[in-house]
Amino acid sequence: MKPFEYARATGPAEAVRDYTPGTMYLGGGTNLVDLMKLGVAEPDRLLDVSRLPLDGIEEARDRVRVGATVRNTDLAAHPLIRARYPMLARAVLTGASGQVRNVATVAGNLLQRTRCTYFQDVTRPCNKRRPGSGCPAIAGDHANLAILGASDACVATHPSDLAVALAALDAEVHVTGPGGDRIVPMPGLHRLPGHEPERDTVLAPGDLITGVELPPPPPGASLYRKVRERASFAFALVSIAAVLDVAADGTVADCRIALGGVAHVPWRAERAERALIGGPATGEAFLQAAEAELEQAAPLPRNAYKVPLARNLIVATLEELAP
Amino acid sequence: MNRVEGRVKVTGLATYAAEYPAENVAYAYPVQAQIAKGRVKRIDVAQALELPGVLAVLSCEDPPRVAEDADPELALFQRRDVAYRGQFVAAVVADTYENARAAAAAVRVDYDPDDHDVRLSADHPGLYRPDVVNPGFPTDTAKGDVEAGLAQAATTVDVTYETPVLHNNPMEPHAALAFWDAEGRLLVYDTAQGASGSRAAIAKTLGLPPDRVRVVSRHVGGGFGAKGTTRPQAVLAALAAREVRRPVKIALTRHQMFDVTGYRTPTIQRVRIGADAEGRLTALEHVAYEQTSTLLEFAEQTAVVGRVMYATPNLRTAHRLVRLDVSTPSWMRAPGECPGMYALESAMDELAYAAGLDPVELRVRNDPETEPEGGLPFSSRNLVGCLREGARRFGWERRDPAPGIRREGEWLVGTGVAASTYPARRMPCQAVATVRDGDFLVQVAAADIGTGARTALTRIAAGALGVAPDRVHVELGDSDLPRAPVAGGSMGTASWGSAVVRACEELRRDGREGRADTTEEIKRDAELARHAFGAQFAEVRVSSVTGEVRVSRLLGVFAAGHIVDAKLARSQFLGGMTMGMGMALMEETPIDEEFGGFLHRDLAQYHVPVCADARHVEAVWLEEHDDALNPMGSKGIGEIGIVGTAAAIGNAVFHATGHRVRELPITPAKILAPRF
Amino acid sequence: MNITLQVNGAPRTVDVDPRMSLLDLLRERLGLIGAKKGCDHGQCGACTVLIDGRRANSCLALAVAVDGSEVTTVEGLASGDDLHPLQAAFIEHDAFQCGYCTPGQLCSAAGMLGEPGPSAVTEDLTVDPGLTPEEIAERMSGNLCRCGAYVNIVSAIGEVTP
Repeated sequence: MKPFEYARATGPAEAVRDYTPGTMYLGGGTNLVDLMKLGVAEPDRLLDVSRLPLDGIEEARDRVRVGATVRNTDLAAHPLIRARYPMLARAVLTGASGQVRNVATVAGNLLQRTRCTYFQDVTRPCNKRRPGSGCPAIAGDHANLAILGASDACVATHPSDLAVALAALDAEVHVTGPGGDRIVPMPGLHRLPGHEPERDTVLAPGDLITGVELPPPPPGASLYRKVRERASFAFALVSIAAVLDVAADGTVADCRIALGGVAHVPWRAERAERALIGGPATGEAFLQAAEAELEQAAPLPRNAYKVPLARNLIVATLEELAP
Repeated sequence: MNRVEGRVKVTGLATYAAEYPAENVAYAYPVQAQIAKGRVKRIDVAQALELPGVLAVLSCEDPPRVAEDADPELALFQRRDVAYRGQFVAAVVADTYENARAAAAAVRVDYDPDDHDVRLSADHPGLYRPDVVNPGFPTDTAKGDVEAGLAQAATTVDVTYETPVLHNNPMEPHAALAFWDAEGRLLVYDTAQGASGSRAAIAKTLGLPPDRVRVVSRHVGGGFGAKGTTRPQAVLAALAAREVRRPVKIALTRHQMFDVTGYRTPTIQRVRIGADAEGRLTALEHVAYEQTSTLLEFAEQTAVVGRVMYATPNLRTAHRLVRLDVSTPSWMRAPGECPGMYALESAMDELAYAAGLDPVELRVRNDPETEPEGGLPFSSRNLVGCLREGARRFGWERRDPAPGIRREGEWLVGTGVAASTYPARRMPCQAVATVRDGDFLVQVAAADIGTGARTALTRIAAGALGVAPDRVHVELGDSDLPRAPVAGGSMGTASWGSAVVRACEELRRDGREGRADTTEEIKRDAELARHAFGAQFAEVRVSSVTGEVRVSRLLGVFAAGHIVDAKLARSQFLGGMTMGMGMALMEETPIDEEFGGFLHRDLAQYHVPVCADARHVEAVWLEEHDDALNPMGSKGIGEIGIVGTAAAIGNAVFHATGHRVRELPITPAKILAPRF
Repeated sequence: MNITLQVNGAPRTVDVDPRMSLLDLLRERLGLIGAKKGCDHGQCGACTVLIDGRRANSCLALAVAVDGSEVTTVEGLASGDDLHPLQAAFIEHDAFQCGYCTPGQLCSAAGMLGEPGPSAVTEDLTVDPGLTPEEIAERMSGNLCRCGAYVNIVSAIGEVTP
């Protein structure tokens, strides 16, 4: 690990003011410290924002505001979240381990980096880590990488479960930065790799996430389901956050589907949603919608299984949610 | 019996290799090759030497002195050739761990790379027939005429199974702490499965007489074979401590463990079996293709299980190896038997389906009178008993053999069975028993790597002395103690226990002291086939949506001689079965064909079972009375638990889904494959 | 940098390199070898300690970042000669073999017993579930045991749950 300076931020505004190139904000550290040990992250300076007073979960009219430094455990255990956003609680609970969830923050969870083998190994090329060095994953180890929205430069996936649920809930990410305060609606925080895979998100240098605001829970039933070959403590092969509202006449009134483990972003399945809304809530319609979404998939030889997996998961989840 | 070291383990006081206090200790951190084959052109250490706290850099630019005949995996920094990606090419020694690690990253290595070859295949042009396979078995055997036997069979199967690279991944990373004294004597706290063997290997590597080296390994955080042979960290600590004239500590990172502490070779196994109309085998052929490195030959004995398991007039077994630009494979829990029985017991299940026979019944019908290859009588063999008892406990008679028909919602349910086997060996060992303060001190350079050796030997000694266990104190894990073989090959307790019993018997005669060496006794052992057997039954649930496989029940029934201690034995069996579940469903280290070396070098990518995977695992045994083994009448139990587990689970997956996956691990990707 | 921690009830002030993890501080500087380094990346749980009463991977905590915290390691679980009930249950149920993951399992279990809320296997999210074997197994899945003592770990913890 390269030597660095460590300082504690005194407030969000102060943190942004203190930001200099080479500085990284430190939250719970469960990914950043990991990446520093690997030499993947080499900050000159760590500005510890984990103790900023952004650790509240508050009701504001019909919305809920979650502070950036709320620990994953506390988010999932909070009565408001469990009662109103059970899908979000479930997503968080399927992530990592009890120990990691106790420390990992909301903002850090959203900003965690891909677990692609090549990204995490500084002795091998990776366009995300060293732009222009190449992407060996495309011909090599990509069994758990992207089938949607990837580029010739990068086929990484975003590993967060929380982000998938937030994408389905149309959550808003509150950001403060050198350019002032702004709101980034999910799933817009993360970006597709394109020719700049080194950029995971739309945030600019010095931007600091201060919280996440949850709009009123959408009507209908919701589910989060995560697929993995080990029963716990594993990243998703594919995951799904889904909300389905079926009208009295049996048609789909509203539908939200977000997929994890398939793309560089939490993938909002908009084509499937469009195909479903206003139509019948039947297994056949669910299958057609899933296939409409996955027509865009461009799998590689060793991750092609994710296409039928995602299709099956969409169909089975919607069938479970349908009345 | 509760473990005698239980209290120190639960209070955090048990001291493992890297944890001994050392004044003025320095830290070593290796630099690893970034090519899979070629030569080191130049190592530039100038920048590293200027970093804070750096004491020395060891490399082939100024090779440290080691013996000329040293094991090439241990002869560190002697040659410029690179044999595999990840090989140690240099090491930094510094005052703190942080400084050593940072400086290692600053060492610049220039290479002259060659094209590498890291891919095993059954038609690799480099395949050859090794002279023997581990630990000295014939490479090939043949009796009768396999082709004729297959030709006359009513039913045949001809199937190929593949197993991937597997890593032992003991929880304690390999570590060593080395001290040289003023007289040039070396003390190494090492993560070793045998202090005597580690001492011999370190002494040989450094060209020292063994009596100038002492190895201490009082607690070892698991090994499963990975610490059964001396690994580079022990030699590096000794070389670095000699160089900087301070104690030096090294603890490998988990990533480094994948590269330099051994692994189970991948295998490709072709199994051909024929059976007559009654299900009796007319022929069995088992050929295993495996890899080794360019440094050493490691020939895993994968196909030997066919020489033990089933009666057949026509039997052929063979092994072929290829030397690749990889690190040398090594021992991993039940080397040979574990991957070999995965293939053989899966093929037997396929035969049962092809012949329309119950898989338990098929095995019972083919239980041999004498060892199929060679014809030696068995000292005891209770495979049939294990199958019958397991079938009874598991509710096997209610099983409908038809595959792919049981459903609970989206979950397909299936059951499977496989047999287990492991040799019951013992090796020469020494032990001393003395009276101390009215109690009894038993000394033997055994190792307790989690097997419960301390406790088992306490119990064995107490039995031999006719006293309560709390009056016996067992000292082990130190090469200054009477010489003992490795904790491996499921022969630890049998070997050490034999010497302990003889020493205790001598003490009873002498009244003060007993010394034993079982070398002569073992030479007189009758020529018999000595093996433990078992049967494993698995019930799995396979999601028809996601392809996820969950093991809802796993039962092992074993016949392993006299069980020395029920509590410890159950834990050993359960542990092996749990590791076998990992092999079946998740464990795999992909090889990087482009750059060489291994991909997935951490525990987030190399998945081992977690607590939530092992929900209903149960192990029981049949008590055997076998006087032809050792004074305890025991067979080893450290390895048999993993033998057959993967086949039982794979067979259950077939029963659940009707789909036969022939490459481990059985992942959602492979379950979903036929649906594309 | 100078930091002060309460470690097992006693204040410890140390000058640390900002790169040092809490785990390395405990093991290499404070002589507390109970917390184990199994992976150094939060993937095995052997380093689990309680930080301000909550279980955490000490390998992922920079020592400087936990300045001012209370840390409890496995050495701090027992009261004098009296083992913590979890420690006694682990011995009785043979919930370990090599013992290397054990301190982390024990600290994790101690922390887990005080953690409210649902888990990934809880059916009804609106009520705190009892610690059934299934709940214990899920909640303890951040602690790998390669010896495969899971069955006994669950039964040992089950004996201690209220």
